[in-house]
Amino acid sequence: MSTITPEAATTTATYRQAIIRALGDELEADPSVFLLGEDVGAAGGPFKMTDGLYERFGAGRVMDTPISEQAIVGAAIGAAVKGLRPVGEIMFADFAGVCFDGIANELAKYRYMTGGQVTLPVTLRLGGGVGAGFGAQHSQNAENWFLNVPGLKLVTPATPADAYGLLRASIQDPDPVLFFEHKHLFNHKGPFPERPAIVPLGVADVVRAGTDVTLVGTQAMRFKAERAAEALADEGISVEVIDPRTIAPFDHATVIDSVQRTGRLIVLQEASPDGSWGASVISRVVQENFEYLDAPPRLHAADDTPVPYAENLETAWMPTVRTIVEAVRATVAY
Amino acid sequence: MSATHAPTEGQVPVETKLEWLVRMHEIRFFEEECQRLFTDGSVRGSTHLCQGQEATAVGGCAALEPGDTMTCTYRGHGAVLAKGAPLDRTFGEIMGKANGLCGGKGGSMHLTDVSVGAYGSFAIIGAHLPIAVGLALGERYTDSDRVSLCYFGDGATNIGAFHEALNMASVFKLPVVFFCENNLYGEYSPLANTTPITDLADRADSYNMAKAIIDGNDVDVVFEATREAVRRGRAGEGPTLIEAKTYRHKGHSRTDPAKYRPEGELEEWLKRDPIVLLEAKLAEAGVEQGQLDALKDDAEQRVVAALDTAKSWPDPDLSTRLHHVFA
Repeated sequence: MSTITPEAATTTATYRQAIIRALGDELEADPSVFLLGEDVGAAGGPFKMTDGLYERFGAGRVMDTPISEQAIVGAAIGAAVKGLRPVGEIMFADFAGVCFDGIANELAKYRYMTGGQVTLPVTLRLGGGVGAGFGAQHSQNAENWFLNVPGLKLVTPATPADAYGLLRASIQDPDPVLFFEHKHLFNHKGPFPERPAIVPLGVADVVRAGTDVTLVGTQAMRFKAERAAEALADEGISVEVIDPRTIAPFDHATVIDSVQRTGRLIVLQEASPDGSWGASVISRVVQENFEYLDAPPRLHAADDTPVPYAENLETAWMPTVRTIVEAVRATVAY
Repeated sequence: MSATHAPTEGQVPVETKLEWLVRMHEIRFFEEECQRLFTDGSVRGSTHLCQGQEATAVGGCAALEPGDTMTCTYRGHGAVLAKGAPLDRTFGEIMGKANGLCGGKGGSMHLTDVSVGAYGSFAIIGAHLPIAVGLALGERYTDSDRVSLCYFGDGATNIGAFHEALNMASVFKLPVVFFCENNLYGEYSPLANTTPITDLADRADSYNMAKAIIDGNDVDVVFEATREAVRRGRAGEGPTLIEAKTYRHKGHSRTDPAKYRPEGELEEWLKRDPIVLLEAKLAEAGVEQGQLDALKDDAEQRVVAALDTAKSWPDPDLSTRLHHVFA
């Protein structure tokens, strides 16, 4: 190519800054976008994820609500039906249990059971993620709860640039999106272009190219996978790392393309193994690409228990760089 | 079929009340046909009939204007028809036909006709109250003065979503009319066995909300109370909780013979049948019995004709089951 396109200037931003920027840019761009949730307004958000937006856009567009998750979800549904684009915050993803009915029975089904008479451009932001010592009711990754609910899109960003780009895509999407923000990544800093791009839902990111084994992981697991891949490179094992970025719709094509080249698959999951997206990915690869496999695919998931509190227990509960390295060695040696 | 709107203030003309009567007859005949369809096995699933509760549906919806929204429950055939859904497409939905209101994907418990302001029938107790709050919030956000009318049963007042919805609507002063059809039974249990108060509208006091406890079998009373609540909502004075005391003539659902009701209770309520009450008032106002009878016969014929039309429609195309999961 003879044309020289100057690289867009790149700085850095934290995951939190990226999310605040995405919310601000959407509020700026589209008057039908508004935020609602517990302390998202005057207080700037319990995790400061909406810091400064109340001051910029006012109480009419950044609404503090009662501690009422059912009402938050219902209010978002009703307003969306009237043509608005509400962005609700469920402070901890665990609290989705309180409004599970609203999400699974109303938000996900309303369009279908009315034969398409309503459209539901609702985004719910939920704080998930293990690793900060919050204990069993404020730590879990709840996205697998919703995996078996047709009608929802499930988004799990890892990097600041993806958090920005996927959040804007989620808010612009005509369908219900559950946008899971990982608490342990809020202060994670990463490259952030001056003009960050919108990232389409359902497109995985091949984070690192490799030839021996495919590692698939979201959010904190993606970074652990990268560190494991780095360590394994010294041993001569070439690891491909894929971050799906969205759990539903899931970019099977990218994973399958990778597995066809590596012949080995390990899915990392910061959640218990059963009934999970990791199990679904493996099931699909086995069903459709069995002949390409050189070793049994492995789901390297968290323990089948609630998330424990003590730091050593919590760390041991989920995959670590060390256990990921061991899993890769075992799979390669099969 | 359009909704039977009525004046926003002053006396209601006799002609309007005759329209209400016609609509109440249509709902009654519609429900009787539904019962036959379910009994003879020609439609599937369950149904929750509203014979005896026609006044709450017709009187409440008559207080709305175009652009206002109505949400209701699985016992919602009457409300959806009262809001203006066509008889044939409503039958069609219950029969699972291609031309049904929801293309056959909703059924008896999810009748919806957004084109007339019937924003949905919901079959999880209390689940739609927060949605009704959201519809009102959406109106407020766009500076519209439209209101959100939300029907639910007495049983819903014991579920969490009721309290979250009333609290949020009141603290945000949203234009919601919470309309409780208290038919005295939550499924098979009499209210006293499940609820420590007799006037459910008293729960509005906890939310600093206006309330009204009314005779749900008198369509005039229902209309007046709803009209006042709608006026308050439009004026920015916030939500209202209306409790309409009424009675379902049938059991909870298709399989319920309602044997738990004390002897004589149904008979007492039949004397206060909302259609009987309205006919008596109209006769008193000078309407000839012959005209009343003719209106009833016409209503029955329209219902029968609508059912015939719905029966003639095809089943949904199999490919449609994959549509409308996403936009």
